[in-house]
Amino acid sequence: MSDEFPGYRGQALKFLKTAEAEIGDIIRVTKNGESWEGILIPRSEIGDENHIVLKMKSGYNVGVRIDQSAQVEKVGEGAKPTFKPPPLPEQNKSLPRIAIVSTGGTIASRVDYRTGGVRAALSASELYSVVPELSEIAVVETEILFSIFSENITAKHWIATAKTVAKHIKDGVAGVVVAHGTDTLGYTAAALSFALQDLPVPVVMVASQRSADRPSSDAATNLVGAVKAAASAPFAEVVVAMHETVSDTSIVFHRGTKARKCHTSRRDTFKSINASPLARLKDGELRMLTGSYRKRDASRKLKLNPDFEEKVALVKAYPDLNPEVIDWYVEEGCRGIIFEGTGLGHVGDYLFSAIRNAIKKGVIVCMTSQCLWGRLNMNVYDQGRDLLAMGVLSLDDMLPETAYVKLRWVLGQTVKTEEAKKLLTENLANEFSSRTLHGKIGI
Amino acid sequence: MGSKYSKIGFKAGLEIHQQLDTREKLFCSCTPKLFKEEPEFTFVRRLRPTQSELGQVDSAALFEFHKGTWIQYEANNDSSCLVEMDEEPPHDLNREAVEICLTASLMMNMKPVDEIHVMRKTVIDGSNTTGFQRTSVVALNGEIDIKGKKVAIQQVSLEEDAARKTGKNGQLIRYRIDRLGIPLIEVTTAPVLYSPEEAEETAFAIGRILRSTRRVRRGLGTIRQDVNVSIRDGALIEIKGVQELELVSKVIENEVQRQLSLLELRAELKKRGVKEADLAEEFVDVAPVFKNTKCKVIAKALKQGNPVLAVRLRGFAGLLKKELAEGMRLGSELAGIARFWGRVGGIFHTD
Repeated sequence: MSDEFPGYRGQALKFLKTAEAEIGDIIRVTKNGESWEGILIPRSEIGDENHIVLKMKSGYNVGVRIDQSAQVEKVGEGAKPTFKPPPLPEQNKSLPRIAIVSTGGTIASRVDYRTGGVRAALSASELYSVVPELSEIAVVETEILFSIFSENITAKHWIATAKTVAKHIKDGVAGVVVAHGTDTLGYTAAALSFALQDLPVPVVMVASQRSADRPSSDAATNLVGAVKAAASAPFAEVVVAMHETVSDTSIVFHRGTKARKCHTSRRDTFKSINASPLARLKDGELRMLTGSYRKRDASRKLKLNPDFEEKVALVKAYPDLNPEVIDWYVEEGCRGIIFEGTGLGHVGDYLFSAIRNAIKKGVIVCMTSQCLWGRLNMNVYDQGRDLLAMGVLSLDDMLPETAYVKLRWVLGQTVKTEEAKKLLTENLANEFSSRTLHGKIGI
Repeated sequence: MGSKYSKIGFKAGLEIHQQLDTREKLFCSCTPKLFKEEPEFTFVRRLRPTQSELGQVDSAALFEFHKGTWIQYEANNDSSCLVEMDEEPPHDLNREAVEICLTASLMMNMKPVDEIHVMRKTVIDGSNTTGFQRTSVVALNGEIDIKGKKVAIQQVSLEEDAARKTGKNGQLIRYRIDRLGIPLIEVTTAPVLYSPEEAEETAFAIGRILRSTRRVRRGLGTIRQDVNVSIRDGALIEIKGVQELELVSKVIENEVQRQLSLLELRAELKKRGVKEADLAEEFVDVAPVFKNTKCKVIAKALKQGNPVLAVRLRGFAGLLKKELAEGMRLGSELAGIARFWGRVGGIFHTD
């Protein structure tokens, strides 16, 4: 594989290098008395090494097989496409000022047609050119913090993101938008919910499920919704702004501690679990869906606590889970374990002795449910009562991922086990809801 | 007849699309089947123009977007899944469809490509939920025999059919996605057809070849022709979606007549000394003139407080009512353009 020739390797790559051709050049391949001419374009990574892909004059793409008899020559320089953003629209200085911090993901990217790769597209001018409506909502400042897929995001990125958001808030913006990949967005949203305490303004995380290079992308609609909320929503909490349904008509704002990606590909992949979304934007109007929320108040003083303990594990309970997995975590110095248990909060009795040992060694062991929907009750069955008696902490209706992030954060704040346990069961960022309402389960 | 068309430098090419009779759609496992009942569910989208590979945005597409057009898609679970809804990436290209295309290609003496690549053709009228049509070249450079003459077949491609339009309410266009994703074979001839009859004969010959695979769909709407027509000094015009082979020559004759008449008009305007600069966009509000109008359309607009805008077409006297081709006048040509770009219901003219 090669950086200059994305997708090409082996024989095809050798021919291209010999011909001194670049992606975007006009290439002629001659073999068996036939010739093919077209613009050299990148190849899929999973393709074989024997074909060169050309965009013919007709605009169609074909793969031409390269064998020893083939001749590959560069016959011309193709027009190298460049991205020329149109001039910036006039800024209305009376609009609220907001910051967009980009960490990467589909929403903050555009396809580079020269390489076929995805690259960050979040300078203010690029954004205005792709989504010109933004200039009518807010004066936007942008900062590219990282350009990474969200599966590569770890706690060190949560910390950097929290600090960057705090910096912009201290600078006096009306709200901050954080662009992020969808895969681990729920974890980062929970991390920011705990790290940014006493928020004076909204922090709106936003993502997209369809890339911005397609006319049907959800990126622009989600971004417009996120910027509107950052600029003028009445709440001051960490939320996730995404499509409410498969239609482009409404955006909902999920609380950062309650949001979860529930579908691999749908636009409305994020759901508020065991809670109502905080607000909805429809027909240009933002409506609160709950009366109880932290209100926007620019004078409130933000507290930044961006410390997360590294040695915490999230373990899913399944039939025949090997108890040595638990022993291993304990030996490695793990300070806390979140179980994604079954049903109302159970694990098999074959794990009991490993759990007892862990708690004896000072490890905090907590229970959540892999059902996701619903609340734990470890008093109903014997096995639940046994686990409680061992000292396992029931985390009620908290999402397993949120519980994992919260435990890391709590252990980042205190080294005292009892104090950590107290913090864990306190409702710090709406990670618990006391009432579970009747509602739709699933997508 | 042939000589008339050669004298005016007539040339035509055809693109014939026919639905393939596959068990599944092109990029998913849905049944290729249309439904007449009420939709089981609908969803609403907008399509936003994106930059082309060369960094350009199609101005017609951008205009459509800024008009605020919304699209409502109608669906049922029998004929569509998340793939048609653009809620799931496409599955692998349907092999059965590729095989049918290869069979037809070989019957037209074509050379299959070494490797098939699916690409996107931007279409943002709403007929594709993605905003583009997926298409791929299967074979190139063949020929068929039409009454002893070799007609070059440039390309056979395999593409997905589009959603079908079911209505429009103001800013909301309705499409049904049952048809979206049905495999289509597209056969493209070179622009080497020199009379309407020859074009029709070629269309029939290609139709026969496709039917002889016994794997194409039959019936109205399963075959559609696009016809490219040009005459000397005229414009290259693509007439899309001719649904019956028998209509090919008639459609071509009308288009040639329209272009010839426009060329005559041009000559007349030149004779009258009309220059482009004479056609300034100087619109005048003439509402007072219509104060007592009996025309319901204008009266209604005035009642709503709208202006009546008029523009003078200097030197055009008598030309707007001139018939260009059967049922087509210059006035109706201008109205068509005004409807698209100006979002008006039509225009009135004094001719």
